[in-house]
Amino acid sequence: MTATIYDTPDDALDGITDGVRVMFGGFSGAGAPTNLIRALRRRGTRGITGIANNIGYGDFLVELCEDGQLAGMICTFATRASVALRSRFDEQLARGEVTLELTPQGTFAERIRAGGGGLGGVLTRSGLGTPVAEGKTTIEVDGETYLLERPLRADVAMIRAQRADRLGNLEYRGAARNFNPVMATAADLVIVEVDEIVEVGAIDPERVGTPAVFVDRIMQCPRIPVPFR
Amino acid sequence: MTAPQGLTRELIALRVARELRPGMVVNLGIGMPTLVPSHLPPDHGLLFQSENGILGLGAVREGGDGYGEIDPDLLNAGGQPVRLALGASFFDSATSFAMIRGGHVHTAVLGGLQVAANGDLANWTVRQDGGGSIGGAMDLASGAQRVIVAMEHTTRDGGSRLLERCTYPLTAQACVDLVVTNLAVIAVEAGGFVLREVAPGVTAAQVQAATDAPLALAPDLREMAL
Repeated sequence: MTATIYDTPDDALDGITDGVRVMFGGFSGAGAPTNLIRALRRRGTRGITGIANNIGYGDFLVELCEDGQLAGMICTFATRASVALRSRFDEQLARGEVTLELTPQGTFAERIRAGGGGLGGVLTRSGLGTPVAEGKTTIEVDGETYLLERPLRADVAMIRAQRADRLGNLEYRGAARNFNPVMATAADLVIVEVDEIVEVGAIDPERVGTPAVFVDRIMQCPRIPVPFR
Repeated sequence: MTAPQGLTRELIALRVARELRPGMVVNLGIGMPTLVPSHLPPDHGLLFQSENGILGLGAVREGGDGYGEIDPDLLNAGGQPVRLALGASFFDSATSFAMIRGGHVHTAVLGGLQVAANGDLANWTVRQDGGGSIGGAMDLASGAQRVIVAMEHTTRDGGSRLLERCTYPLTAQACVDLVVTNLAVIAVEAGGFVLREVAPGVTAAQVQAATDAPLALAPDLREMAL
C-alpha cells in the first residue's frame, strides 16, 4: 500500500499498453500532469482514450494528436467555434479520426466520483432537454425528473499535486486541485507527478487532499510551464 | 429594418452589474460576463465563484504588473492568472459543482447565442454534429438560483437572438430569468418575454422589431439608467 517512487516520468509509465483508458487531471493549465503527458507522447502508446476536462485549452493533450496516439476523448471542453483557434484534436474530429463524448463539467466530476466511490451512477438535472440527454434514461424522484449518468472509471489516472509524502499522501495547492482528487479514486493505476516528495509525516494530516490509499506511483519532476491565456 | 446599435459591451456589463447585491455568490461565464467586475464599486461585497475551484475570485492579473511572478496554480476557469479576494477558498471540482447544482450560487451571468420566450438557453455550440464545448454552462444554467444572460440582441446578419424557440442545441430548458442586451432589459416570465427597460435612444417598437417573439410591455417600462 506504500506508493512506489519513480525517478522519471517515462519510468512512471511502465506497463502502460496500447488501447489504454487514461484520466488526466487539470483544468486549463492548472494541475495538469504535463510531464506525464509528454512521457506518454514519447512512449508512443496508441489507441488512447483520454478522460479530461479539456483538450486544446492550455493543456498538452493535443500533443497526443500529433502522431495519432489519441483515439478519443471524454471531456467538457473540446472544440472552438472559431476556425482560427481549432486544435489538432478538432481537425481530427472533423475528419472522423477521433471520437468525442461531451459531458457537462459538473456531471463529469460526479461520474468520476461515482466510478471511484462504487456508485452505480448519478442523477442530475444538468443536460435535460439538451443533446447530452439523447439516448439516456430519465428517472423521477419525488416529482423531479433527473438524467441518469453512468459512472466513469479508467485504467490509469495521471494527476498532479504539489507534494507527496513517501507513503503517497498528496497535498494540493490553489486552483490546481480541480479534478485531481476525484480522478485519484477512479482508476486501477494512479500515477502522480509532484513538485516535491517529502518524508512521511512532513505533510500535516489536516492538509492531505488525497489519502495515500488511492495512490500507486509518485514521481518528482520540475514543472513544465503552461502557457497562460 | 436595421436595429439600432444601442449599448456597447461595456455598458451591457455595467447594466448587469446593477443586478448584483452585496452578499451574493456570483459566477461569471466566459466572454461579456467577465467585463462585469470592472463596473462594480470596490466594496461590492460579492463573492465570485470560479467553477475550477475558487470562491472569492479577484481581478485578472496582467503579465508584468509589478506584483512578482504569476502563480500557475491560481488561474480562473478561462485559464487566466487571477488574484484572490479576502476570504477566498479553494476546493475540488466535485465540491465546486455541488455549489452550482445545489443552488448555492445566487446568480450566474452567462453569455448567450439564443434565448427563447420559454426561458430556454442556447450558448455552447452552433454545431449540430456534437462538437462544441459545454464546460460548466449546463450545470450553471440549470443550477444557479438566477440566470442572467448578457448578449447582443441580434446576430451579425441581423437575425434575432431572442426567439420563440431556440434553433441551436440547448444548454438548459426554461432557465433564463433576465436578458440584458445592447437594446433592452427583458425578463422571462411564465407568459414569455417582458420588456422592462430600453437602451437610451431605443424605442420599444425597435426592440420588438429586433425580437422574434412577442414582447409584453412592463407596466413600469423605462429607459435604462446607466
